[in-house]
Amino acid sequence: MKIFKKLIVILAVCVLFTSCGKKDEDKKGGEKKEITILAAASLTDVCGELKAEFEKNNPDIKLTFSFGSSGALQTQIEEGAPCDVFFSAAEKQINALKDEGLLDENSIKTLLENKIVLVVPKGNALGLKDFSEVTGSSVNMIALGDPESVPAGQYAEEVFTTLGILDDVKKKANYGSDVRTVLSWVESGDADCGVVYATDAFTTDKVEIVAYAPEGSCKRVLYPAAVIKASANKEAAQKFLDYLSGADALKLFEKYGFAAA
Amino acid sequence: MDVSPLNISLFTAFVSTLITFFFGLIAGWLVCYMKRGKGVVDAVFSLPLVLPPTVVGFFLLIFFGKNSAFGRFLSGFGIKIVFDIKGAVIAAALVSFPIMYRTIRAAIEQVDVNLIYAARTLGLGEVEIFRKIIVPEAFPGIAAGIVLSFARAMGEFGATIMIAGNIPGKTRTMSVAVYSAMQGGNRELAYKWVLIIMSISFISIILMNAFIGIGNRKKKKL
Repeated sequence: MKIFKKLIVILAVCVLFTSCGKKDEDKKGGEKKEITILAAASLTDVCGELKAEFEKNNPDIKLTFSFGSSGALQTQIEEGAPCDVFFSAAEKQINALKDEGLLDENSIKTLLENKIVLVVPKGNALGLKDFSEVTGSSVNMIALGDPESVPAGQYAEEVFTTLGILDDVKKKANYGSDVRTVLSWVESGDADCGVVYATDAFTTDKVEIVAYAPEGSCKRVLYPAAVIKASANKEAAQKFLDYLSGADALKLFEKYGFAAA
Repeated sequence: MDVSPLNISLFTAFVSTLITFFFGLIAGWLVCYMKRGKGVVDAVFSLPLVLPPTVVGFFLLIFFGKNSAFGRFLSGFGIKIVFDIKGAVIAAALVSFPIMYRTIRAAIEQVDVNLIYAARTLGLGEVEIFRKIIVPEAFPGIAAGIVLSFARAMGEFGATIMIAGNIPGKTRTMSVAVYSAMQGGNRELAYKWVLIIMSISFISIILMNAFIGIGNRKKKKL
């Protein structure tokens, strides 16, 4: 029993310590207006920089980000999670929420585009320059996302279908369970080339982008955002949305491989 | 490197272990005494173990969200669960409860019944028997339950991200930080967190083995 009592005391002390730390943090946030933004997980890094810059210029507004897959974020909004802005990685979720009347319709804006790109290991030893060249005899393996479950894989198939070389591509394709797997195969040189999003290619210096998907060869990958109808801070939320569509924010987005929509 | 996920994870895991320890001990004890319906109650208590954590998180979100009467009731008192560390604690506690409960129940079942019978003939009450005989006798198993449940709470991801969200410095636990780092393409950071989680879990399990080892040695001496 003695050991038990000690254990409980240790636990209690730890809890006290950690909870004290938390309260101090909360106090700093004091009088500010706080808005919560639900953002797609692929926006994690860029949002950190956006937050710093926006809060510097708007000291009265505090931004709180929560990240997840766009589908999970949609569920959270539907179940009434307290938030003010939704920044989605696909139009599907925004449209669904719009139809359910949960978004401020006038605020919906398509902010960014993520391009589909062809990447090769750094150095481009095979000298590829275009999507149509991947069927050449020098290419042994093409890394693609599994079109059954990976959106990037579906876009890649669309591009190759438009170019009329899908059947030849399939013979050399190796399908990854997600787009990061595709990227790491190309990074390590196990695949001669691969199709990923521009933002993925920007995260590593071990691959080179050799081509962007030709205009109109596949559906565009768009990132829309909107103010939540139930938001208590619509003015601040709209202000942040306006900032996102401005030139300053675009500069940051471009650093991470996004393009203006 | 921002170390807040470590603090948040430790805080969440400690508090949730405290909660599951209390409820797991009581539940494990009471279920052992049940005569009818034991199987059903046991199944209900063990359910979070088999449900995918995302589903647990989804149910929690429905239960505590603003669309539910209970969620509105709580927010009437200014109590915030969704997107709050309290949500993370609830998620971790719910998901790790079955491990605590089952380990403790198994340990209590192993206690020699003759000791309990003897105590009864000597006029000890059931609560006294629990305190003076069952808990000390089942101690290695209870300790194992604490460590396992702590480790599970530490690694909790699915339910946490659903109910508490992924707010840096507020509800982003280590497991969620790994997810975020991978999604954001920051693999180095992800590996760092994986290393930290692995070290803590490894130490937890070593601890557990030590506790069980103590128990076994005692028995061998007998």
